[in-house]
Amino acid sequence: MKLTEEQINRYSRHILLKEVGGKGQLKLINGRVLVIGAGGLGSPIALYLAAAGIGTIGIADADRVDLSNLQRQIIHSTPDVGKAKVLSAKEKMLAINPELNVVTYETWVCAENIQSMIADYDFVIDGTDNFAAKFLINDACVLGRKPYSHGGILQFDGQTFTVSPGESPCYRCIFPEPPPKDVIPTCSRAGVIGVLPGIIGTLQATEAIKFLLGTGDLLHGRLLTYNALRMRFREVPIRKSPKCPICGDNPTITELKDELDALTVCDLGH
Amino acid sequence: MNITTNGEAVSIDPLTVQQYLVSLGIDPRRVAVELNLDILPKAQYETTLLKEGDALEIVHFVGGGAGRG
Repeated sequence: MKLTEEQINRYSRHILLKEVGGKGQLKLINGRVLVIGAGGLGSPIALYLAAAGIGTIGIADADRVDLSNLQRQIIHSTPDVGKAKVLSAKEKMLAINPELNVVTYETWVCAENIQSMIADYDFVIDGTDNFAAKFLINDACVLGRKPYSHGGILQFDGQTFTVSPGESPCYRCIFPEPPPKDVIPTCSRAGVIGVLPGIIGTLQATEAIKFLLGTGDLLHGRLLTYNALRMRFREVPIRKSPKCPICGDNPTITELKDELDALTVCDLGH
Repeated sequence: MNITTNGEAVSIDPLTVQQYLVSLGIDPRRVAVELNLDILPKAQYETTLLKEGDALEIVHFVGGGAGRG
């Protein structure tokens, strides 16, 4: 497969980079990334992956665009209010880059559907907004040996971390169990500064692009935390935990289940 | 005694991890604690006494990201 003249023009600023070049751009075009969540984090992730020419992008979300989303979910516009988020997102992605294959999943992820969903992709990005989904994505990716990027935002704080199962620590190496229900405020109750998902989501998209290129260092074994008020990034070194319930020496989690205590999103969606 | 919390040197009285979190106004259920690079099981917060030179990382659960959260 060769780049067309139009592709050489479109991706010329990538191709100029010695870490990318024509070969790297072809890797991106042949790459397959699944974005779970078409909201705050999913917006910049999907837009940048589309612009970068990731050939196949899956996007999963059962939600519809609400006016209160538009302060931060920059893939959606005012006329999209009421529209399925995955359809609104797909339109913007194809407007940037019509040659992409955008696969939409208008559903919440749950134990039943996630394994077959992630199986089709090279890399998965967690842009979800609840712990049930975050732990489910971790577990499905660890059991399915699928590399993925974790991301979370709340108020002025964000964090991100990349997991390559077998090679690097997973989310449960840090947080063995979800927090008790209602202990952690949600963005809808506690607020979130609108630029925050732009910062964290763009970092997550960068990880997917580097993964596909096979270049640079991924956020393995270090949780990157960001506080917008103090304008400070920190890295917390994380080790693979022998006591991790899913990737440790004696795993207790060997199949997927929905974290009922953390919020069963599947009940909200269908 | 002196310990390092989230990369910063701090001076504290001898305390358990549980007492230290409470003294910082942190709900222990909202965080993971890494003590000298190992994640400390929650069941050990009340029995683990901080020692001179300990390096502590307090990592918050941050769960938002999409629409409703």
